[in-house]
Amino acid sequence: MATVKVKRPKLYWYEHLYLPAILKGLVITLKHGLKAFRGKAQGSKDLASSGLGVTMQYPEQKWDDQLPDYYRGVPALVTDEQKRERCVSCQLCEFICPPKAITITPGEIQSDDPWAKVEKAPQAFDIDMIRCIYCGMCEEVCPEQAIFLRQDYAMTGTTRDEMVNDKNRLYKIGGVREGLVNKWNELK
Amino acid sequence: MDFAFIIASAIKIFGFTFLVVLPLVAYSTYAERRVSAVLQDRVGPNRVGIPATLFGFKKDVKLFGLIQPLADGVKGLLKEDFTPAHVRKSFYWMAPAFTAAPAFISLCVVPFGSAVTIFGYEVKMVIADIGVGPLFIFAIASLSVYGITLAGWASNSKYPFFGGVRSCAQMISYEIALGLSLIPVLLFFGKLNLSDIVSYQAANGWLLLPFWNEGGTVIHAGYWQNSLQQWLLLLPMGISFFVFTTSIFAETNRMPFDLPECETELVGGYHTEYSSMKFALFFMGEYAAMIVGSALIVTIFFGGWSLGFGLDSALLQTAGGDWKWYAGLIHMGAFLTKTVAFIIFFIWVRWTVPRFRYDQLMKLGWVVFFELALFNIFLAALIMAAPHIGILNTFLFGIPALVVTALMMFFITKTNEVKRKAKIT
Repeated sequence: MATVKVKRPKLYWYEHLYLPAILKGLVITLKHGLKAFRGKAQGSKDLASSGLGVTMQYPEQKWDDQLPDYYRGVPALVTDEQKRERCVSCQLCEFICPPKAITITPGEIQSDDPWAKVEKAPQAFDIDMIRCIYCGMCEEVCPEQAIFLRQDYAMTGTTRDEMVNDKNRLYKIGGVREGLVNKWNELK
Repeated sequence: MDFAFIIASAIKIFGFTFLVVLPLVAYSTYAERRVSAVLQDRVGPNRVGIPATLFGFKKDVKLFGLIQPLADGVKGLLKEDFTPAHVRKSFYWMAPAFTAAPAFISLCVVPFGSAVTIFGYEVKMVIADIGVGPLFIFAIASLSVYGITLAGWASNSKYPFFGGVRSCAQMISYEIALGLSLIPVLLFFGKLNLSDIVSYQAANGWLLLPFWNEGGTVIHAGYWQNSLQQWLLLLPMGISFFVFTTSIFAETNRMPFDLPECETELVGGYHTEYSSMKFALFFMGEYAAMIVGSALIVTIFFGGWSLGFGLDSALLQTAGGDWKWYAGLIHMGAFLTKTVAFIIFFIWVRWTVPRFRYDQLMKLGWVVFFELALFNIFLAALIMAAPHIGILNTFLFGIPALVVTALMMFFITKTNEVKRKAKIT
């Protein structure tokens, strides 16, 4: 291995005093302070901060429009453009879920239903958000593209029950997701 | 001792300690957080206001987070006051008080305003007008070593113990530089009473800004008579100021010297095992010491309560040389402003200069500052003696003697340094 000899830089006598360096440091911090006071802290514009420093004042200011599409927020169920449930309660997500946050009660679609050929839909679909670790396994494993991690991240509640998302709430969060789903196809 | 004196003292003790210094302690913690935040492009605590919504109002009152210290205090009082099972209880309980009390006691000799005349009774704006001012402060302030060392020892655990030992060694080392650096100043004033020192500075120019004297300001001809010595003395006084200020940093365990509680090495240092109000007491003691330190620097080097620049005699004195009735209040304001400015300077330095290594700290104390302060005494003494012994003697004997002393000290410190040969294998 090649040896690199690092030489300590030779300091002038005034550098040995440390005082110039300390003064320089004081000036630098003062500059930062004055800039922050005028609301022009470094990078505050790029980060769309509150002005004082680069910090954003969270509940008042949000950065939701900057969230990427792949952001892994609260998992939710989606319907297709005709408001049909995509989930067929295959329970794959329930089994893959590492913290076992998902509980599905499978249900049958009645034979008089126009989509009786799909056979199954969830009767109940609960995601315990206290357990959820936002890993996105459910989204990955879903064969029907029915569950997605959406952009919501501020899941709050004052009781444990409130933190369990039931089916209605999941659809409300999830909304509509357009795109091809094979199961509605008559030919298949 | 008359009755009025006791009443006046009681009012001064209550007013100065509880209405000025304690709020100042609280708000210097707030200032520490805000200023550090601003220096680092952050925001700091800006939320806590008056929670008006709790009382049925529509909106909370936001005061830039100015209620934060109050919230901190309430939190400190309401938290569980936990005493670990392995500590030495009596000392563990005593230590916070030992840290906080000396700082508050030493405040009593600091003059915070000129005399105020109430109902024909002159009240000096200092709690204890004693003739040994700085010595009293050194004596009392060094007691706070006990608090920290006891805390470290009584906690009966590794890191607090290290913190305590470090602080003990550090404070004792820097006390020497602290005391020695003040000797030139005391040589100059010739007295130890802090009120007299401030009065002298009000009339004859602050120690570090001697731009006016009894003859007048710099512009007037009267100033230039015998003012050469004043200007020459700026050098030793500047060194004194520098050594004194830095030693105060070390004495109060402030940032470049805060090894007793350096988080990266010692968890929390001597107060690792403390919680709730006991921990808060350590903090209060620390900040009170900082306030005493800046008050002392202001009193000795920056004219204490005086407005300076000849303004005192021009604006606040009657033709007869007495203070006008509102002079005392303005002087208190001036003193507080200067002290706060120095507190902010302390904070500013804390968030600029990184921590020293412990051997560097010891070297700085014993090898640099000790010698510098010692040399400084000789320098100041020579400059002050020069008019008395004559110019010829000064150049023939005084300066050579000074040079010899300086060289001796320089070489003594040189022997301290062990030459390390860099071996690359």
